[in-house]
Amino acid sequence: MTLYDLANPTRFLKLVKIVLPWLIAATVIALAVGLYFAFFKAPEDYQQGQTVRIMFVHVPSAQLALMCYAMMALSSVGSLVWKHPLADVSAKASAPIGAAFTFLALFSGAVWGKPMWGAFWVWDARLTSFLVLFIMYLGIIALWKAIEDPIKAAKVNAIITLVGVINVVIIKFSVEWWNTLHQPASIIRADGPAIHSSILIPLGLMALAFVFLFVTLHLMSMRNEIMRRRIRAMRMRAASVVPAASSSTITKPAPAGAR
Amino acid sequence: MNWMKCLFVREYQLANRVGGGALIGVLFFLAVVTIFPFGVGPDMILLARIGAAILWIGALLATLLGLDRLFQADREDGSLELLVMSGRPLELVVLVKCAAHWTATGLPLVLATPILSLFVGLDFESIVRVTLTLLVGAPALTLLGAVGAGVTVSMRRGGVLLSILVIPLAIPILIFGVSAAMAGAIDSNNFLVPFMFLCALTLFGLVVGPLAAAAALRVSGD
Repeated sequence: MTLYDLANPTRFLKLVKIVLPWLIAATVIALAVGLYFAFFKAPEDYQQGQTVRIMFVHVPSAQLALMCYAMMALSSVGSLVWKHPLADVSAKASAPIGAAFTFLALFSGAVWGKPMWGAFWVWDARLTSFLVLFIMYLGIIALWKAIEDPIKAAKVNAIITLVGVINVVIIKFSVEWWNTLHQPASIIRADGPAIHSSILIPLGLMALAFVFLFVTLHLMSMRNEIMRRRIRAMRMRAASVVPAASSSTITKPAPAGAR
Repeated sequence: MNWMKCLFVREYQLANRVGGGALIGVLFFLAVVTIFPFGVGPDMILLARIGAAILWIGALLATLLGLDRLFQADREDGSLELLVMSGRPLELVVLVKCAAHWTATGLPLVLATPILSLFVGLDFESIVRVTLTLLVGAPALTLLGAVGAGVTVSMRRGGVLLSILVIPLAIPILIFGVSAAMAGAIDSNNFLVPFMFLCALTLFGLVVGPLAAAAALRVSGD
């Protein structure tokens, strides 16, 4: 089975139906084990105390926030270059998930920052880049909502996503440059202390669990989007049939709707 | 080459004649600069310190304000379709349109900058630096803004969404522009490093802007 076979939504839905229960089980197990290690096995930090446990949610969220954008960019290439219909759906499904995880990373960072730094927010380079990423996600979601025709919306979004992916690198670099200009002593050290394995193992487990979670959510969201498009096509078909039926003389065949 | 000249003249004249022309942008720029002292207080020392930032943000907002008409007016009267189907490279058409748009709306902002600098108490050398950075950096704002304008061209009220999409892309331009404008002497590295980055961003916009905007325009044609 190649990627092109997957372009058939029905075949894709069938595959999702088989894979999804296993993925959900894997996500639940990985999350349970990860959270158990994070809360009961990992030691307190000698400086940060219990708040170090926020990291087990914060770091995987941040990692997923970037992964979602990568997913969106890859899907955008797919929909622009190969006009792969599922790539459109995949790009659309990634955006809200990415926005949610970016928000989670920002929120957990703020909650951790209050006791540690004494402030919910500082204009640190990483925080600032993530805030910009969050705005970009929300802009892309708004653009999806603003254009009604799904095919046109997909192409337009693919263009802005790809311009964004080049710019993300420039923004990251420029924000770091700006940050060193304004506050030479950064709070987060670039060469942080090596992390002990007692923390690294739960962190890895949580990262794995979050990746499972992402794949699960992404597939479910793609499935919903395909359903939504089918409903839209059915409604349009129904709307175009009804007046013809009421006139009762002409029975026009229903036009083949969008996929 | 002749069609490019004709298109440039057409765009320039339209931009100047429709909807108040170049002065409306400058007026908005003046208004933005004027409200800052009401927000932060009439402290000339403070204003001189953040003056370059005020001018840059004012120019950014004034640029964003004019961008939604870049392609939309042409779409409404149907000339955009003609431009797409004219057989000329659409990327070049977009580039010419951006150049004309910038000459009509961006250049007046740059020319107004030295006068508006006086309101925020900048000294002579700072005025030169701010004007120079805006002259180099403002085209990048227009070019990256063209991407947003192309993407939102089919929307009736795309202006706000356009700003939301373009502002993240404009952050690097703002960072290097303001850094260069606030740096020390004009021949020192403090000025030259961000200034060079600003030039690089403009060149980058020169490539990415027309390419992406043309792709978006092709898509949004019905």
